[in-house]
Amino acid sequence: MPLYKNDRTVRIVLYGMMIALAFVFSYLEHLIPLNIGIPGIKLGLGNLVVLIALYTLGTGGAFVIAVVRIVLTGLTFGGLFSMLYSLAGGLLSFVVMALLSRSGRLHIAGVSICGGVMHNIGQLAVAMLVLETVNVWFYLPVLLISGAVTGVVIGIVGGLLVERLDKYLRLRR
Amino acid sequence: MIQRQALEKKKSFGRRDLILLLAVLVIGLIGIVILYTRPAALNGEVEVAVDGEVVMTLPLSEDTEVTIEGVDGGENLLVIQDGTAKIESASCPDGICVRHYAISRDGESIICLPNRVVVTIRGGEKGDVDAVV
Repeated sequence: MPLYKNDRTVRIVLYGMMIALAFVFSYLEHLIPLNIGIPGIKLGLGNLVVLIALYTLGTGGAFVIAVVRIVLTGLTFGGLFSMLYSLAGGLLSFVVMALLSRSGRLHIAGVSICGGVMHNIGQLAVAMLVLETVNVWFYLPVLLISGAVTGVVIGIVGGLLVERLDKYLRLRR
Repeated sequence: MIQRQALEKKKSFGRRDLILLLAVLVIGLIGIVILYTRPAALNGEVEVAVDGEVVMTLPLSEDTEVTIEGVDGGENLLVIQDGTAKIESASCPDGICVRHYAISRDGESIICLPNRVVVTIRGGEKGDVDAVV
């Protein structure tokens, strides 16, 4: 059965499902700490849902999911302060991914790589402003690599899922 | 039209994506080589800042243990040993600063976000072998 964009129930159900999924992924990520001595390295599982939303629900829907996910996980696991970091990384990453996915120059894996890298750069920028130190850029090379590696994995998984879910999630006008 | 688009099998990893991935990895690796192959700052100092203000400066060459009082009553135990500095224990919930590797090179720092504590290595002769006693 086709889904219609102006059907409120369909939108409520889809967004709710995506947000719940993103929330669970963020929780999973908290359970698996990547312990290599450098802060800020993450799998980016939450971004998987945002990426899929971007390619199926469109920019507006993906934006809602990205912001609600960060606010929810921030309030549940982190606190207002860590939410600020997540928001900076999440929003920068979202804007870059939204623009790149529309430009059509990169496939979903490339878009996801840029998202992962930009997420880390956004967080470093906030850390620099809050702590009034430029030393945080020391982490940049490691975070570039981790952002690219996790980004490409998330991107390929996202691509497989979009391919299979597209016909169920694509909303018609 | 919409249906045809949906049925088209979309590539998720193309040539441009591969170039992008390799470019980012190469830049990251070059950065790591430049930053982490430098020798330790032998005569350097350990600068401790809380909420942006420097509260103490300790020599990296002397073994010491100091408790840093961060914001909101948070505490971090700084240990300087064998020319490296690390946070042995801390009151913060995430413990990121405790898991951080021991620092010894000019400019390296350990950051505890909840307590707003930044421990940074400053200056020193960069690995001048003659300086070793």
